Amino acid sequence: MEEQTRNIEIPASAGSIAVKVDDLTVAYNYKPVLWDIDLEIPEGVLMAIVGPNGAGKSTLIKSILGILKPIAGSISIYGKSYEKQRQLVAYVPQKGSVDWDFPTTALDVVKMGTYGSLGWIKRPGQKEKKAALEALEKVGMLPFKNRQISQLSGGQQQRIFLARALVQNASIYFMDEPFQGVDATTEIAIINILKELRKAGKTVIVVHHDLQTVPEYFDWVTFLNVKKIATGPVKDIFNDDNLTKTYGINYKVSIQE
Amino acid sequence: MDILEYIELVFTDYTLRTITLGTAILGAVTGMLGSFAVLRKQSLLGDAISHAALPGIAIAFLITGAKDSNTLLLGALVSGLIGTFWIRGIVTKTHLKSDTALGLILSLFFGFGMLLLTFIQKQPNANQAGLDKYLFGQAATLVESDVWMMAIVTGICLIVMLTFWKEFKILLFDADYTKTLGFNTKTIDILITSFIVLAIVLGLQTVGVVLMSAMLLAPAAAARQWTNSLSVMVFLAAIFGAFSGVFGTAISASQNNLSTGPVIVLVAGVFVVISFIFSPSRGLLFKQIRFIKNRRDLELHKTLAFMHHIAETHEDISHPHAIKLLNNFQGYTRSTLQKLVEKDYVELKGNMWNLTKIGFDTAANLYTKQSTEDE
Repeated sequence: MEEQTRNIEIPASAGSIAVKVDDLTVAYNYKPVLWDIDLEIPEGVLMAIVGPNGAGKSTLIKSILGILKPIAGSISIYGKSYEKQRQLVAYVPQKGSVDWDFPTTALDVVKMGTYGSLGWIKRPGQKEKKAALEALEKVGMLPFKNRQISQLSGGQQQRIFLARALVQNASIYFMDEPFQGVDATTEIAIINILKELRKAGKTVIVVHHDLQTVPEYFDWVTFLNVKKIATGPVKDIFNDDNLTKTYGINYKVSIQE
Repeated sequence: MDILEYIELVFTDYTLRTITLGTAILGAVTGMLGSFAVLRKQSLLGDAISHAALPGIAIAFLITGAKDSNTLLLGALVSGLIGTFWIRGIVTKTHLKSDTALGLILSLFFGFGMLLLTFIQKQPNANQAGLDKYLFGQAATLVESDVWMMAIVTGICLIVMLTFWKEFKILLFDADYTKTLGFNTKTIDILITSFIVLAIVLGLQTVGVVLMSAMLLAPAAAARQWTNSLSVMVFLAAIFGAFSGVFGTAISASQNNLSTGPVIVLVAGVFVVISFIFSPSRGLLFKQIRFIKNRRDLELHKTLAFMHHIAETHEDISHPHAIKLLNNFQGYTRSTLQKLVEKDYVELKGNMWNLTKIGFDTAANLYTKQSTEDE
């Protein structure tokens, strides 16, 4: 909240910072889940947020997206407040956060991605349906468009969630553990889509658990454990030192380039 | 009384017509809104709200000293809303889970309401008699103005629901995501909850505090069995609710002295039982039938695979083998063999069998495509 002196002042011309988090502190009860996080995410990176369970990875995303109310701190998206820039941002929640027995079809769920641009009351029409079908095609789920969502496998459900975010045609994508509980085929399909998004100049931020695949999938990484441990390019900061600081044990990963 | 006579009576008799219409409308609106409560996993909310309404009724009576149903229901509405928002408050502000909060508010409000009722009964005011009808409801007290009231609320509820259909649907499915799209989820939530409270309060006079939640849940639970579409579910729940009202009234009217509220609830219960058993995709009956059929197919396929295994050892796949060979195999029976013959997978000659070309190919490709079909 209070103005602190920062070593780098971002000039007004620099549109290269997609997401900027200042002094973010979040607590559910008394103990902070996130403590004084400062984070700058450059445009066009494919970034992993890593850290142990309870490190506040999902909380960080949810706070940036306004789902949780922080105790202190501010968020800006391309230099403006999140509320003003909402349409630039899309969210892929954890698969387990919804009831998949809900009476609706895959196509219907993907259509929900268009609700934000439609605003209140207006119903999705042909244009929205077309966009939803295209997104389903992109994630390889077009043949399942009329399936009841409970009849989809875990990997397919994850792809539906991804398609719903793709429909939003956002600039910044936040994804909460998109690889959780999916098989190898789906994982490859998803990572290919993420890489395509990056190629198109989008910024993708992913809560990620599998440390082995970080160097292969991502070009940017943030280590988080209540406090921000480090953030930067994978090739510079993804090392045993930061892993040990984050996970608290003497961590050794052999990084193959 | 036969059915035709009864139907004629519904159209000619004022009291019966009023009650039938009233319970039908009530069933429709509670069924509709109940779908939302069920899908939000707030099944118990209705129970808490209806119980929380009791002290409101008693207090409204103590203040006005009159038994005008609209005044009493206004009291019920206020205390129902207070109870509901306390539940929300408890859940957000403390560590308590929502079922605990619901149970707590339900029993506290109901206890307080009962206390007030006994207090009122000790009063000299002659008007006090009959206030306890709100416990189990008394459809016979419905008058035309009550029905109009229900119809108006149902109409408004329908308009609001159709207008905000998209918002209701997405909130029910994924509240967090809805927030990120820029919708004020609190507004949608309060809208849905307020209508649920309103519908419950309207039903107190007819069905009563104790049984009201069944009107909310039973039609919705039954409707869910028949469809995988939200709009169809809401529509079906309204239909089931309305018919529960109509049939319930009919049964109670033709069997003297049966209390209408409980009969309506029981009829709704019958809808639930039928739906749970006979629904094609989710019902117990067809699930069992599918299970048995799948098991039989599996036995058949296992036998075929075993035969394929034997036939493989020969260059000529249709080389005949002794049926005796199959006796070592557990899944084999005379009837499975017969079925394989019917499907042209196997030919029988005396004590010998041989695989046909189709049978051999089918056996070779059994379940190999499973993984690609599933994923």
